[in-house]
Amino acid sequence: MTEKSRKSQTSQTDQTSQTDQTDQADQADQADQTLLAIGTRKGLWLARSDDRSRWTLDGPHFLMSEIPSVCIDTRAVASGGSPRLLVGVRSEHWGPTVARSDDLGQSWNETPEGAMRFPADTGAAVERVWQITPDGHDDDVVWASTEPQALWRSDDRGETFSLVRGLWEHPHRPDWGAGFGGAAIHTILPDPADAAGMLVAMSTGGVYRTEDGGTSWTASNTGIKAPYQPDPWPEFGQCVHKVARDGVNPTRLYAQNHHGVYRSDDNGGTWSSIADGLPTDFGFTVVAHPSRADTLWLVPITADRERVPPGAQLQVQRSSDAGATWVTCSDGLPSPSYTCVLRDAAAADTHEQAGVYFGTRNGEVYGSADEGGTFAPIAAQLPDVLCVRAAVIA
Amino acid sequence: MRIILPGVLREYAEGAGELVVPAGDGEMSLRTVLDAALLDRPRLAARIRDETGALRRHVNVFVDGQDVRRLGGLDAAVEVHAVIHILPSVAGG
Repeated sequence: MTEKSRKSQTSQTDQTSQTDQTDQADQADQADQTLLAIGTRKGLWLARSDDRSRWTLDGPHFLMSEIPSVCIDTRAVASGGSPRLLVGVRSEHWGPTVARSDDLGQSWNETPEGAMRFPADTGAAVERVWQITPDGHDDDVVWASTEPQALWRSDDRGETFSLVRGLWEHPHRPDWGAGFGGAAIHTILPDPADAAGMLVAMSTGGVYRTEDGGTSWTASNTGIKAPYQPDPWPEFGQCVHKVARDGVNPTRLYAQNHHGVYRSDDNGGTWSSIADGLPTDFGFTVVAHPSRADTLWLVPITADRERVPPGAQLQVQRSSDAGATWVTCSDGLPSPSYTCVLRDAAAADTHEQAGVYFGTRNGEVYGSADEGGTFAPIAAQLPDVLCVRAAVIA
Repeated sequence: MRIILPGVLREYAEGAGELVVPAGDGEMSLRTVLDAALLDRPRLAARIRDETGALRRHVNVFVDGQDVRRLGGLDAAVEVHAVIHILPSVAGG
């Protein structure tokens, strides 16, 4: 696939109210360019900024194709290489593929035979690529996950992937279910302390972990409630919407469940509620600060039967103490609002003072350069936002 | 036999809007025709059929004007001079 941007537009948002706060940030940090990738139901947009205040928006790429996943792989940047964009692209007509760009979206390529194909003996076909995640130990390794529920490993930076058989052949598979979004593994968290360790999560099914490089997997949902099941404390079957790993302590994890917000301090072995103090325990996404311990963000949604912001106030909830207390972040966000933020539609960048970004189902994208203190719009009138990812690229 | 491609797929066929498949001895199945036409065009093949070989759900194939879903799908018989249209279904919002 070779696709040039069909359309390019510039959207500049001058966050004058942020000027003072921005000036206090590390000047060198602010000199770096930030890339925000926005995957929507009808294409991909790439926003770039030198100051996280004024953004240039480039797109759409892959117009009329759904973008359920995007990855900004910056591992080569430190050695003088280019960041690689890996994008899960899915046409309602023509199926899924993985596209990649080494020039920030000026050109795109795909593996002719398909980056990801189920082996014939499985009888399965890739429906949608839900997640693409760089490995933390090997710069050539990229992980991906799909609908149907499968984990994939690439040893060539995302050009070809192999099915991880250990999880595909798990005896629980026949009992895994499909959430409204489909039967998918939506979270991949390689263990930064152990190359053989990984956590994945799926809706429905819950959390699974491996400690042997993917050969064997154990359900790890102890403490996560499944109120929609006859037995609300099953071994597996939870509808875990998203899991994030603490930026400093790799054994600390945060999970947004289909009702319920949890923390694990033993790498997913057990989970405890951290929902006290939140306006609601429902939502889809959770994001951890990339480099500061105990700091995370949620986007609360009222309830599974009322999927709009609490009190019609679009908001982010931030904790700086691993979920013991929460602060409402709504400065700059609209009210009334009856939109929703999906599980992969929120992200943090990698600046020391992290930027926080999220996109809504009504095509708005907001960003905060001060960790949620103040938000400002980056884009509007886009299709439904399915995923956002952010990174420092220069 | 001829396969007519929609404009959106022509970038995967070196710009061609039509593929000509040499006729075999007598009638062939649609599966056999597509296998032959798409053998050297994996990117085009992946957009018409998934990796199990099934036609994608929202891809419509017509053999001499007839929807193959009513002719046995990939087992549909294709005669020597048949014209096969591949078209996107009416879907989406």
